[in-house]
Amino acid sequence: MICINGVKIEKASIKLSEYLNENNLSASRIAVELNGEILPKSKYDETVLIDGDVVEVVNFVGGG
Amino acid sequence: MKIKINGKKTETNQSTLFSAAAEFGCNKPNTVAIINGFQTSKDVDIKENDEIVLIEKGKMPDKDEFEAMLSARHTPKVYEAAKNSRVAVAGLGGLGSNIALMLARTGIGTLHLIDFDVVEPSNLNRQQYMIRHLGMNKTDALKEQIMQINPYVNVICDCKKVDDKNCAELFKNDEIVCEAFDNPEAKAMLVNNLLENKSDVFIVAASGMAGYEKSNSITTKKITDRFYVCGDGTNEAKQGRGLMSPRVTICAAHQANAVLRIILKEFDV
Repeated sequence: MICINGVKIEKASIKLSEYLNENNLSASRIAVELNGEILPKSKYDETVLIDGDVVEVVNFVGGG
Repeated sequence: MKIKINGKKTETNQSTLFSAAAEFGCNKPNTVAIINGFQTSKDVDIKENDEIVLIEKGKMPDKDEFEAMLSARHTPKVYEAAKNSRVAVAGLGGLGSNIALMLARTGIGTLHLIDFDVVEPSNLNRQQYMIRHLGMNKTDALKEQIMQINPYVNVICDCKKVDDKNCAELFKNDEIVCEAFDNPEAKAMLVNNLLENKSDVFIVAASGMAGYEKSNSITTKKITDRFYVCGDGTNEAKQGRGLMSPRVTICAAHQANAVLRIILKEFDV
């Protein structure tokens, strides 16, 4: 099970880039926390989320 | 016993607030009395190490007393921690201008203000500027106001646009950074750049505070040990949903309080 933004996903693995695409999340507007650490942007493409991972994708929207 | 009156250590044999005030030369009717951060009109017993501030209304205090009076309503020990801290505010719009003034009132020792823009009329619906500031750099306009609120804050201004290349240099002396930009790519750039490259930084960012949706949908979330995000996470500024003073100010207050809690080593949310 993979937990992303508090939602449990019953999959053994999922590519981060696939998840971002499916959820219309643009890499230039997010920060990704993977198991308590910030995931560097350069690793977005190669990262595969696996069973047990806890992920928070912070989506920045305009306004301030 | 030893007490502190108006920031000065004093020896007294008095046992109550009013008798100590009288000994200090303050006549009660025209004086505001604050003991350990709490303003009171009732006489109370005092004890060793109490911090008392007596303010005669309408009278400008001398310089020594002034700083004690500015911090009199703070919880004891908060002002010392605030005074010894430094906070950067990146972006001085609706979020940043409010955050900076709240932190100045809280007595933060050093505020590092960063913005490349000037004040223009459409800012006045939510940003802490006035008509007299139109055309001024936001850094200068905000510094002017801070000096009118708390002249003991050390204000460092950088009238610059923040990008991936100047981040490291601009924030090299900042351990706490408020992300207060308007543009979502700029927000993500600053947060990722600092968290990837600066291991000692705390960053308090914001996302989602436009419109007049429910106040209570704005929260503070802790993402990692060093990264907090305030806002509702979804309501962006767009056609038909503008940025309004109440919700932007609520979000700014979340950020300012998150900063204060970090300074006081209260890291939960």
